[in-house]
This record gives sequence, C-alpha cells and structure tokens, in this order.
Amino acid sequence: MQKTLFLGDEALAQGALDAGLSGVYAYPGTPSTEITEYIQGSKQAAEGNVHSKWCTNEKTAMEAAIGMSYSGKRALVCMKHVGMNVAADAFMNASIVGANGGLVVVSADDPSMHSSQNEQDSRVYGDFALLPTLEPSNQQECYDMVQYAFDISEKFRIPVLMRLTTRLSHSRSGVECKPARKQNDIHIPENLRQFVLLPAISKKNYNSLLAKQDEFIKHGENDGWNFLTEGSNKKYGIIASGIAYNYLMENYPDRQVPYPVLKISQYPLPVNMINKLAKECEELIVMEEGYPFIEKQIKGIVKSNLIVHGRLDGTLPRAGELNPNLVGIALKMEQKEYYAIPEVVKPRPPKLCDGCPHQSTFKALNDALEGYTLGRVFGDIGCYTLGALPPYQSINSCVDMGASITMAKGAADSGIFPAISIIGDSTFTHSGMTGLLDAVLVDSPITVFILDNETTAMTGGQDSAAYHRIESICKGIGVNPDHIKVLLPLPKEHEKNVAIIKEELKYHGVSVIIPRRECLQTLKRKKK
Amino acid sequence: MKTDIVLAGVGGQGILSIATTIGSAAVAQNLYLKQAEVHGMSQRGGDVQSHLRLSDKPIASDLIPKGKTDLIISVEPMEALRYADMLDKDGWLITNKATFENIPNYPNADDIYNEIKKIKNHIIIDGDAIAKEHGNAKAANIAILGAAAQFIDMPFEAFEDALKAIFGRKGEDVVNLNIEVLRAGAQAAKDYLK
Repeated sequence: MQKTLFLGDEALAQGALDAGLSGVYAYPGTPSTEITEYIQGSKQAAEGNVHSKWCTNEKTAMEAAIGMSYSGKRALVCMKHVGMNVAADAFMNASIVGANGGLVVVSADDPSMHSSQNEQDSRVYGDFALLPTLEPSNQQECYDMVQYAFDISEKFRIPVLMRLTTRLSHSRSGVECKPARKQNDIHIPENLRQFVLLPAISKKNYNSLLAKQDEFIKHGENDGWNFLTEGSNKKYGIIASGIAYNYLMENYPDRQVPYPVLKISQYPLPVNMINKLAKECEELIVMEEGYPFIEKQIKGIVKSNLIVHGRLDGTLPRAGELNPNLVGIALKMEQKEYYAIPEVVKPRPPKLCDGCPHQSTFKALNDALEGYTLGRVFGDIGCYTLGALPPYQSINSCVDMGASITMAKGAADSGIFPAISIIGDSTFTHSGMTGLLDAVLVDSPITVFILDNETTAMTGGQDSAAYHRIESICKGIGVNPDHIKVLLPLPKEHEKNVAIIKEELKYHGVSVIIPRRECLQTLKRKKK
Repeated sequence: MKTDIVLAGVGGQGILSIATTIGSAAVAQNLYLKQAEVHGMSQRGGDVQSHLRLSDKPIASDLIPKGKTDLIISVEPMEALRYADMLDKDGWLITNKATFENIPNYPNADDIYNEIKKIKNHIIIDGDAIAKEHGNAKAANIAILGAAAQFIDMPFEAFEDALKAIFGRKGEDVVNLNIEVLRAGAQAAKDYLK
C-alpha cells in the first residue's frame, strides 16, 4: 500500500478527514498548528466543505465544536497544551453534556518547553474530566487513533481527548491511509435537554458519565491500543507510553526487549493488565513523556508494595522530554562514548528578524521611557516576547495570553504610573479585549501597545482575528478615541513615535498605541 | 542499510529543504524514514536542527541516540559542533565553511575550524562560494547536501531526481541550477579529501 509522508499533526488531520470530519476548530499554537493548516490546505476538505477557519481563542473553538457535535456532525478541536487552560471551562462541561456527533479534542504538549511557557501534561485534563484519552506514539497511530476516537465518542456519547507531544507532532514518517467515511448528516440530540446543564440535569449526566468509567477501562483492555508483550526476564516490568515507547524500542536494535512491556496508549489505565504485570515482575519502571501521570496512578492500582521506578524516584529526570539515552540509562544499559561539545560553541537564542516592526517599537519605547525607573512594562505571548532579551530588554513579564493588559492594570491599581502593556494584535483579540474593558471601567492609567503586524506571527503567519478591527474594538470597549494612536514602526519615524509615546505615558487614563506594519515573514511569503 | 543524520544550521538557512530533498529521495528508494523537525519560536534566527533517519527496516525513535549519528550535515560551522555529542566516533561531519554571525560573542572562525578538525572524519567546503559561483547565493544548503551525498547509501541520481521533483514547478532553470550546485558540492568534498 502506498505510504504518504506526514508530520504527526498532518497524519492526525488526514485521519480526521477520512473519519468523516465536518469541522476543525482551533487557535494556532506550537506544536498543534499544522493540524488545522493541513485541513485548510486539503482538497478533500474543501470538496467536503469542512469548516476550518481559525477561531479567536481555544474557548470559542471548543464551544463551536460542541455546537457542531450537538448538530450530529463530527468536530475536531486542536490546541497546544496551554490552550487547554483557556478552553477548560468549555472542556470540563463538555464532559458533562456529552457529545452527539463525534467530538475529539487534541492537545499537543510541549515537554522541554521548546516553544512554550510551561510543560503541563494534558493527560491530567483527560483524567480531570473523566474522559477517555488516547496517546499515539507514531504517525500511523495518529492517523488510526483519531478514527477510533470518533467512533468511541459516538458510541459513548462523550468527547474524547487525544494527547500529542512535540516530537510526534513535528516528526515526519510514512502513513497508510484508508478510504474516507462520509460525513454525518445533521441529527440533533434525541433528548433535547442533554446539553442543558441545570443542576438536576447535570447530576443525572454526571452519574451517567461515572457509570461509563468501567466501560472505558474495558475498552482500554480490549481494543488493542494497550498491549502487553511478554519477556523472559521478570526483574523489571516496563510500562511505556507515547513516544517513550519508541525510545525504549530504540535501545533494542532487534526490538526484542528481555522484560515484559506494557504499552499504554489509552486511558483510563487498563487496571487488569497493570495488575498482571505487577504480579509477575519484581519491580516496575514507568517511561512516559511529561508528568509522572501513570507512575502516580499505578500506586493506587497495584495493591502490593511493589517498587515503581520512574520520574519520581530519579530513575528518569523529573522535568523535560525523554530521549533514547535517558531511557537506556534507566535500564542500566551502557551508553556509547561520544564527542564532547567544544567550548567554542556559543548559544544562539532566537531573535527578532532584521527589520521586524517590533524592533522599531521597542527602540521608541525604550527612548520614551528614559527618565522613568525600570520594571513597568508588562509583556504577552508572541514574537515580541523576545523583547525581554538583549538588545532591547524592554519587557518585564510574560505569563499567559492577555495578561499584559490586566497585569498593567493591577500594577496601576498598586500605584505604579505609568504602567505599560505590550500585546500583539492576535493575542489582543484572543484574550486582551476583556482585560481592556476592566481597565476602561476604572479609567486605569495604563498605556496599552497593541503591536499590529496583521498576522499571528510566531506560529507561522496565520490570519489574525484583529485584522482591520483594532481601533473599532478599542472604541467600542470605551477607550477615548483621542487616546488611540497609530504609529508606523520604522526607523525613520523614530523621533515622531517617541514624542507620541511620551505624550501618552503622561495621560492618566487608558491610552492605546497601535504600531502597525506587516510582519516581514508574511510579506515575504506574499511576494513569492 | 541505516543512515542517521543530524541536519544543523541557523533558522532560515534551509535545513528543512535539505531534509525534504533527502526524504523525497528516500521515499522513492522505498526506505523507511523518520524526520523530527523544529518549528515555532526557535526558527527566528536561532539554532535549528532536524533528525533524519533512513533505514531499510522500521525505525523506532524519532530522535537519534547520542553518539550514534552517522552524518552531521551543517550549513554553518559552529552549528555543526553544537551536535558533536550526537556523532558516532566513526561518523562524518560535513559542514559549510561560511559562518553566520548574528550573535555578539561569535567565536573566531579559525577556532571553530580547529575544533572541527579534531573530529576524525570531517569535510569543510565553502557552500556559499559554490552557490554564488552558480548564480544563487541561497543554494549553499544544496552544495552542502552534495558534499554529504556520498555518505548516504543511495545513488547520486536519487538526489538529482528529488531536486527535479521538488523544484520542478519553479521551472527548468531552477532545477538545473540546483543540480549543478549539488554536483559542485560533491566535487568540492572529493577535492577536500584528496
């Protein structure tokens, strides 16, 4: 059978299309972005009229997908791990309302924080919401599992979570595809109160979700995604999930592991399989990417005082992603000698592109702030976060999407004046607008920079919901139009820009400064 | 057959194009392949790398273990050394000579070359100069690929065919230029080893 080279993200996207997907809902976020981009570029999706336009944030994405599921069609929601925090309200309650058409939520985790603020583990959300969670370990499983996810979502009438990690999302390999299933027709829920979470109904729905838990476990035991491979050496029983399973296999060139191995790809955990392994082995080693999630749960499953090794006892590092070497060391295997990295190698951190509009903005801001004490600029999530590093060192915070405006307000409430916020156009519409309303409501003396490069730049130039809307949004929220200023962030405009910024910094109310110039990367792409 | 490759460079230098070319050639040769890429923030002028694994048997890990890389292919000399710990002691390090200096503390180039020469098997060629000679300075990555091709267990024509497939829609001139640069890179590597 012909194989196609797919990133893990792309394999999942094609799998969803072949499962009869009717809509993907997402906000860009590394390493999940390519799932939605693939569907946006797919001829098959266009012919099937599959909805794929970017959403304003992960919460609106999740809710729209719940609406599509309500309508009886299959919907996919994709985000990076921290996006789950934004979508959490909708996600947690989606587990109580359940699904009608298949509803699959994909969260791509970023252990080692290659492009993220933290390395939270989305499996915890699956457990929190009492939903089945699937964790593929290769590109083919990405393709196959999403189809299974849609099937069990419809069978149990519940959303299903899929967890990816960076090394799978962004790794390419050959995938075999199956013929496509046709999309569902519209069919609204038979019970018209299924999605109404009034307390009386919630209690009923919640009990029904609890009653399904044993069935979820049974499916995990029987459906083949979790499987036990026998091994003659019972000194250790190995439990490996996701991409860690690949690292385990890499240590055995013939793929013959001498110990019994339980591969975990489906949660809740297969209790019987784990107990069987625990009974026949002297000790257990758990290998998993992210948190010691399985490791902790096992201690509640295995009744004996069996020793469990993993990230908690230091057999594997507590933080950061795994690799074949770390897994080999955990198994006490000898490691190959290797060259040391010579000292002449210096770090080369990412930086703003030469000629990037943010450079001009940071230069102007730094000059305008001369004479003020340091430490009053609150940043946000985007390329401009790099403004915290030399040469600009302009910003003093980066916490979560939208926090620049609300933190500046909090600082202003504490008496810091002027307090400054730096936020990008797409981040502003993602989570900055409500914070700006908070500031307007108390006439907070803050200066908000909305850096408008007319795109969602850091994730690769996706459409920005703020495009051509920023001034009208700010006016609508109640910012005084006299204090909404647009700058052209170019070196030749420097003096003029500094003067405008200085003026607005003196204003005792909410002012908004919009440095507007297109991202060089998207401009370059358009010219091609 | 198994070739494990670390591709290295600075964001924007075209290491993913090298990966695509080798990948396309490998698929045409019916080989198994896994290729781990770096996306996101680190692409902005920072160091970037990709692990590319080819084999005639299924491949387990997306990442290559330390000390087991057969080939480091780098478009920038300091970046080649950043992954020295990945290289098998019998492996080859193939790198561009041209430095990309976008940090204030970039070391002296000769210090870098001296460290590279401590690696048992290495080739340093000036990919930028080769690309410029052929009329497109941006094709330095293809020159480096040409230098590395002899260490990948596939016929040289497979790489040429891959370039034809990848650049085909950009016209014959672009295809021919890339193939010429590829060949010139291969020749430069042979000259270096003489």
